[in-house]
Amino acid sequence: MDFQVVVLAGGTSKKLVPLVSKEVPKALLPVANRPVISYVLELLELSNLKDIIVAVEGKEAYDCVEHWIVEAYIDRLRIQVERVPDDVGTAGALRAVAHLLTAKDILVVSGDIVSDVSPGAVAAAHRRHDAVVTTMLCSAPVSGPSDSGSSVTKDKAKKPGHYNRIGLDPTKQFLLYIATGAELEKDMRIQKNILCAVGQMEIRSDLMDAHLYAFKRSVLQEVLNQKDKFQSLKQDVLPYLVRTQLASEVVLNGVPQPEENGNEKASYQNNQEMLSQILANSSTSSFHELHALGPKCSLPVRRTHKCCVYIASNSKYCMRLNSIQAFNDINRDVIGDASHLSGYSFSAHNNIIHPSAELGSKTTVGPHCMLGEASIMGDKCSVKRSVIGRHCRIGSNVKVVNSVVMNHVTIADGCTIQNSVVCSNVQLQDRVVLKDCQVGANFVVTTGSECKGEALAKKEK
Amino acid sequence: MDPRRPPRTVIDPKVRQVGFFAAPEPIASSPPVSDISPSGNSLSPVMIPPPRHSSDAARPVLFSPVPPASPGRRDSLAPSDLFPASSPTASSPCADAECAFSPGRPLRSNSVRPAAAVTMSSSLPGRGFDLTAAVTASSVPATGLMKIPSGFSVKNAGKARNASVEVENEQGSNSKPLKEKTTKAERRAIQEAQRAAKAAAKGEGKAASVVSAAASASVNVKPHKATKAPTVAASEKKGGGGERPVEKERKKEVPPPRMQYDDTSRVEKAKRRSVVKQTEARNRVELFRHLPQYEHGTQLPDLESRFFQLDPVHPAVYKVGLQYLTGDISGGNARCVAMLQAFQEAIKDYSTPPEKNLSRDLTAKMSSYVSFLIECRPLSISMGNAFRFLKSRIAKLPLTLLESEAKASLQSDIEQFITEKIILADKVIVRHAVTKIRDGDVLLTYGSSTAVEMLLLHAHELGKQFRVVVVDSRPKLEGQRLLRRLVGKGISCTYTHINATSYIMHEVTRVFLGASSVLSNGAVYSRVGTASVAMVAHAFRVPVLVCCEAYKFHERVQLDSICSNELGDPDVISKVPGMEEINCLNNQANCGNLQPLNLIYDALPSDYVSMIITDYGMVPPTSVPVIVREYRREQLWM
Repeated sequence: MDFQVVVLAGGTSKKLVPLVSKEVPKALLPVANRPVISYVLELLELSNLKDIIVAVEGKEAYDCVEHWIVEAYIDRLRIQVERVPDDVGTAGALRAVAHLLTAKDILVVSGDIVSDVSPGAVAAAHRRHDAVVTTMLCSAPVSGPSDSGSSVTKDKAKKPGHYNRIGLDPTKQFLLYIATGAELEKDMRIQKNILCAVGQMEIRSDLMDAHLYAFKRSVLQEVLNQKDKFQSLKQDVLPYLVRTQLASEVVLNGVPQPEENGNEKASYQNNQEMLSQILANSSTSSFHELHALGPKCSLPVRRTHKCCVYIASNSKYCMRLNSIQAFNDINRDVIGDASHLSGYSFSAHNNIIHPSAELGSKTTVGPHCMLGEASIMGDKCSVKRSVIGRHCRIGSNVKVVNSVVMNHVTIADGCTIQNSVVCSNVQLQDRVVLKDCQVGANFVVTTGSECKGEALAKKEK
Repeated sequence: MDPRRPPRTVIDPKVRQVGFFAAPEPIASSPPVSDISPSGNSLSPVMIPPPRHSSDAARPVLFSPVPPASPGRRDSLAPSDLFPASSPTASSPCADAECAFSPGRPLRSNSVRPAAAVTMSSSLPGRGFDLTAAVTASSVPATGLMKIPSGFSVKNAGKARNASVEVENEQGSNSKPLKEKTTKAERRAIQEAQRAAKAAAKGEGKAASVVSAAASASVNVKPHKATKAPTVAASEKKGGGGERPVEKERKKEVPPPRMQYDDTSRVEKAKRRSVVKQTEARNRVELFRHLPQYEHGTQLPDLESRFFQLDPVHPAVYKVGLQYLTGDISGGNARCVAMLQAFQEAIKDYSTPPEKNLSRDLTAKMSSYVSFLIECRPLSISMGNAFRFLKSRIAKLPLTLLESEAKASLQSDIEQFITEKIILADKVIVRHAVTKIRDGDVLLTYGSSTAVEMLLLHAHELGKQFRVVVVDSRPKLEGQRLLRRLVGKGISCTYTHINATSYIMHEVTRVFLGASSVLSNGAVYSRVGTASVAMVAHAFRVPVLVCCEAYKFHERVQLDSICSNELGDPDVISKVPGMEEINCLNNQANCGNLQPLNLIYDALPSDYVSMIITDYGMVPPTSVPVIVREYRREQLWM
């Protein structure tokens, strides 16, 4: 279908700091014991997209990601992992891989999406309108877990900046305005010409940009080349395209629009003109064409381009792993509500316990739980709504609620872990109580310590 | 030809002819026949001829000096006149006429057919045509069992042509039993032949008449002695030698019966093959169950989500299909152009797989594209024609051609088709039609037709002073787009909905309509509502001019809007966007005894059409079959 896919896998995100490290870049953070990027890759594979470019920031991250991808997908997908310089932003990353892009349209996917929305739908909407950019919007996540209200107290106070303001036309097909968190001010500026042309704009704050874009390659490359200050797709490129949609500065279709001075080919051009007129007259024209025609209905005088949206239906799942809260939520959802994403088959008790895992007597593993390979649990433990990784050794009388415990974690007797993330190779000594904490990799929590809302990590040397 | 024919009063005979095999009595001979034949029992269209009457032999004599039919005679076209066969007339002209038009059938009885072909040709298709064709029999077919040359001259609306056909009585055929039933294909062939013959008689060139004569010459009626015109001689040759092949060919052309969607097993089969997943609608109107109707809104998400899985479909074709499905592209010309351009793209990117033949593989590929498009929205007739053209071009590619050359030639063929059949055709239509616009005219148009729009704009450019009434209808409101463009050009317009047609028609002097297709019987197949506009115009004696490119003509015959139509989303007629307060049907969508119906097209009988303006000139609707037949081989399909 003449599409190329670029997965922006990022590097080590600062927002996720105690969780990510040099060994575990953002793309490899485990979601239900699988790296998060595998969800994207499998979504693409499901859509029959097998040629994928993965852009990774930073050397260590690149090494890790490439190693993992080669191992996991060598026989299934043709994945090209590219290293892009540090801190260039999403636009910079695309600039770095621009030389690999040849197809007519480019699908840009963020590597941290966990979703079941078919990218084909976005691509189809893109093609249908012959748009310059199409972005996928999904309903913004309700802050905090939906069913266990008590668990999240602190993170509920989200910064308002996480919301987008998105302006749509009445048919909900075109993007008229977009402002994202960081630049959000009290008042918003909307182009008068856009508003005049559309007549009616719907401004929504319950939608979220899912970071799945379809770009027209020629336009994308042109914008990236000309505006070398643009750092981020979301904050620079997309608003720029939306802003200029009725006064287009980009060259559509790679060729400049025909000038009005055809001499020897006048008749041919005349025919082409009539043809396009026939097509244009009989098709439902969006406000773009109407605006381009101007009030006099003469030949197109203004150049326009279209920015489309695809709004995922509410029944679809779509989340981005871009904060610790989101990490918790996604882990919980993938083994809970959105369990079809995980790719595991659930037992009768609605949980997954690897056959090699050992449970002590009177230990209960509740529904929506996952227990990884070769993990050992002592007696009288209780696990609720949590993910426990591989090769963990958990002593007796341990309570794990609403938490993520990664691989090779040792938890001594009598610990209580609630609403926390415990990274790989962590040691929790006896009677540790963690609540709303994140424990970085290789950290040792000493006996009897009680933590609440802390990020514990080793100092980087 | 006079576009403002006097109104015809008789409409029924056309309907009667459908599907039955009964030849109406030639009009010219009607007065005696109607007198003689007991009209009371003559109405049954299919009948076995009763045993011959002794009086039969004398009967034909009665016709002998057939007076020229007066225009008023048309009214006598009542069924009783048309089917005198029930009277003891096995040998009567009527019975022969029947045979004359069913070349494939064995004779049911002998007899003398005085120029059956000719008379039939002028009378059979029957309607929408000035039957003033005065048929004068110069010499009379005498008795049943004798071979008598008869000279017959057919005079048509000023163009007189004499054809004398001698009818040979074939004794051998007498003995043959009557074939019980004709197949559908045969019947269709017969009907077409009749129609063609009539149209030819009407006033085309000589060539037409030759062909029609040949086509209508039957097995038993052998025009063998050319008494007057050389045309007859030609027809004799053709009639004698080349008739069988013609017949066979025609049979081949008859399309297979289309899918009937009330046939459950076939629907199941088709569903398994289909690319687009479609859910069938539940509450369907009984009368339209044979048409495909799907739950709207289920197709698009499915098609979208499998965007990347539809490998066999070329992206350009996919895009066009998507635009059909969502209604982004509508209108016959635009859909056809979009399809052809998509095919052009597809051909450009095509490469023959190893060990395969380009023409075969490409044909298969194109067919798969077309079936994909059909699943998105049923193909219009014009698109079907265009695709037939493309297929024939692919089939006729010389085998020696390199792949690149073949592709280039196909692409230029498509280009040429678009240019000649659509763009230039529109220009020619505009040039013809603009002569019909005079200063001070009030022109009415319905919906949004490209040809009509170009006509109006052109007339405006020429400086003609006229006013336009744009009639529109829900739910598509296509007229608004047309209106916007016309007003933008400074044409003074009136905009109204179809409910007000009868009111606005008082001031209208001409009605210009577009068409999705024009069928062989002159019926205009167009956006639903066209028929009612034309009928109102007819009632007000306003001429109705239909602008239609010749590539949209089709040899199919359709008498009503039921047998072939398209069903749109029934929800859009019950819901008015933006007016929630009147949407009171919302919660009754799945109510068992509510069956919403949203027809897309309707068929306008040719009676209501004064003239069809096409790229071959302005013709009466009865001449459509001539154009279909004459130009299809040479030009449309090349």
